[in-house]
Amino acid sequence: MHYLFEPGLFSSAPVRTALLVGAVVAITSGVIGVFTVLRGQSFAGHSLADVATTGGSGAFLVGINQFWGFLAAGVAAAALMETIGVQRRRGRDVATGVVLGAALGAAALFLYLGTLRTATTGASFTVLFGSIFVISPDTVPALVASGVIALLVVAVLARVLLLTSVSPDLARARGVNVRLVGIAYLAALAVSVSLAAVAIGAVLSTALLIGPSATALRITKSPARAMAASALVGLVTTWLGIVLAYDSYYWPPFGRGWPVSFFVVTLVLLGYLLSYIRPRKRLAPRPPGEEVQCSPA
Amino acid sequence: MPLLTLDGIGVRLGGRQVLSDVSFSLDKGDFTGIIGPNGAGKTTLLRVILGLIEPSGGRVLIDGETLHRKNKAAIGYVPQKLVIDPDMPLRARDVVSLGLDGHRLGFTFPSRQRRELVEAALADVGADGYADARVGELSGGEQQRVLIAHALISRPRLLLLDEPLANLDLRSEQEIVAVLGKLAREHEISVLLSAHDMNPLLGVMDKIVYVANGHAASGATDDVVTSEGLTKLYGHHVDVVRVHGRVLVVAGD
Amino acid sequence: MFSGLMLNTWITASIVAVIAGMTGFFAVLRGETFASHAIPNGAFAGAAGASLLGINVIWGLLVFAVGGAFAIGALGGEGRGRNSRTDVVTALALVLMLGLGALFVSLGSQYAEETYADLFGEVFGISQGEVLPIAGLGIVAVVAIAAAFRPLMLTSALPEVAEARGVSTRRVDLYFLLVMAIATSMTVPVVGALLMFSLMIGPAAAARSVTSRPGTALALSVVIALATVWLSIALSYQTNWPLGFFVGTIGAAFYLIGLAARAAAPRRAVVLHRAG
Repeated sequence: MHYLFEPGLFSSAPVRTALLVGAVVAITSGVIGVFTVLRGQSFAGHSLADVATTGGSGAFLVGINQFWGFLAAGVAAAALMETIGVQRRRGRDVATGVVLGAALGAAALFLYLGTLRTATTGASFTVLFGSIFVISPDTVPALVASGVIALLVVAVLARVLLLTSVSPDLARARGVNVRLVGIAYLAALAVSVSLAAVAIGAVLSTALLIGPSATALRITKSPARAMAASALVGLVTTWLGIVLAYDSYYWPPFGRGWPVSFFVVTLVLLGYLLSYIRPRKRLAPRPPGEEVQCSPA
Repeated sequence: MPLLTLDGIGVRLGGRQVLSDVSFSLDKGDFTGIIGPNGAGKTTLLRVILGLIEPSGGRVLIDGETLHRKNKAAIGYVPQKLVIDPDMPLRARDVVSLGLDGHRLGFTFPSRQRRELVEAALADVGADGYADARVGELSGGEQQRVLIAHALISRPRLLLLDEPLANLDLRSEQEIVAVLGKLAREHEISVLLSAHDMNPLLGVMDKIVYVANGHAASGATDDVVTSEGLTKLYGHHVDVVRVHGRVLVVAGD
Repeated sequence: MFSGLMLNTWITASIVAVIAGMTGFFAVLRGETFASHAIPNGAFAGAAGASLLGINVIWGLLVFAVGGAFAIGALGGEGRGRNSRTDVVTALALVLMLGLGALFVSLGSQYAEETYADLFGEVFGISQGEVLPIAGLGIVAVVAIAAAFRPLMLTSALPEVAEARGVSTRRVDLYFLLVMAIATSMTVPVVGALLMFSLMIGPAAAARSVTSRPGTALALSVVIALATVWLSIALSYQTNWPLGFFVGTIGAAFYLIGLAARAAAPRRAVVLHRAG
């Protein structure tokens, strides 16, 4: 135990901040991640993360806290995405890819110009790979509040989101404004991505969005339990990642410390692979003869 | 007072007059089939009734009143087959439970009463055996039953199904028709469904609405499905052949 | 701009553009946009690792890119075999590669500028020692694509027919992913890991918006990629702004031009509406 909880772990203020913010990030991403998988919008999450990179870089250039940059870019992109709507998958992938390329290119520019302006290096690293140990305490309330709001939005929309993922037509027939719900959900997703970007970096944030929820979905079939499991898995991996990162100061090369994002991402993948140990029971094979019958008119 | 009335419905889509002057009505407990070739406008017609498409002319009346939120609740909609990932974390009972209030904001607290309603709906369609299975892992026929249970649980007076028999194997087809027939007879729920083949439905259908060439003819099956009647509808020569209790609509020379 | 040091860049970048154009054509055709994200990210980890170990960056790039390609191929995670499960593993693996890269960077003594260059590209990114390996890899890649051109086309367009004719789509998939890995190893030092796929996808997508003939689209892909890279180098040299920025933006611009050209072209009257 002593080796896990190295001296000074809990008395260190940055660590306590990291644990708090990490918890908010993990729970938010865990819950929203389940809906993302349900709606088949994992790619949207990934795209938002890349756009968030641009936002964070822009914020760095302008000199404000990166979180606001992540958030602004993410929410704007989210609104845009839902308005443009769902197209043929292949075409959409390419179009999104090209747009992301431009967004990342812009991020490159912002980071470069910002580095010139502030004469600091290493901003690339924190934008891309996270800065959970260097969060300034006055941003913490904003981070926590954002997470709570995103969770509330998703909680209120939970049923409707489930219905629309079963069949958007059905939801529409029951009077649901599918587009508005989609935008609200994507906005919550953008918040979740931004929080994860602060913790483990914009480029790696998808890990917390996809990993725990994918793991949870392998374990349980009920949506409510999946969300709880996902949040729990996210929480464990994030906290463990923080603890290990702190410990790593005592590992070679001494005094350096390995990045939190590396630990979190690795643990997330490990968690997912572990879920394969318990194979899911499948139903009996389907009845034969399930083909289209050609009937006369 | 008929439960549902369509009065001179016309629909214009993409600059084309897809449907003109479609009129029919149905009463409580009626089993009506909207039959016609692919592309004839069956789904369009259903979407007009659901209020998803604005007709360019005519009216849709439920209990004699135009569509509004309250009377739309009388219709239970069963969409065509879902394309769901096998991994989706939704069990059959979750989907059915959404039928109660899935369209309302907020979240649901599980209760014994809810669970009993879900079980009853599943039993009505014969799906209680796989209530806890992931919806994405069910066969087409099983998914169809779950969707019917979903629509049933809110106690509709009219069940509207969009091509429920498409892509089903013969046995599942018969089973679904039997389920729907039982619902119409025993629960006095009206059933309105679309299909491109009327034969599986001949035993249960009370009325037919035959849609072709942008127009529709409605009435008893034997009255509507005749060579003369369909020739007039299609606008070119069509023969109706009855063989071994089955009906074949054959394009003429 | 055309001095000795820059000459390396021009030559290498041209080779890179040709390969990116050709690989991108097939990537877009086969819907392998995700792999073109994932493999360069793996390559980034390789570059960082190589720098940590003090060996030639190209080797790190190759090893990790090829490894990534094998992993994706083994999981059957692209095109036809793609479903949400393989998506998840690919995404997590992709992200793990980046995490490893972050680890190597923070462990090593790499300057921030080097990390930046690995991710976003650098005009002076090609050292003398790298030109020959890149040229060599380029020839290998071109030959590999040319040799497999027909199976690649067949499996992309009509996979079931290919299987029926005895062409294993799985093997062709893997083959193509390996080609992409080689292409990536060449491109990352110049254009950067995060933007490499822009160079692959943008020109190819633009080309196929404009023409439906495969041979023409392939050639056009290469031409547009070359144009993108040359413009980017020139602009980056003049303004000192990052190469990746220009590649991403110009790639997107070409794509938009392609879309606009397609929209402006007269279309045959087709009844698009299905009343169902």
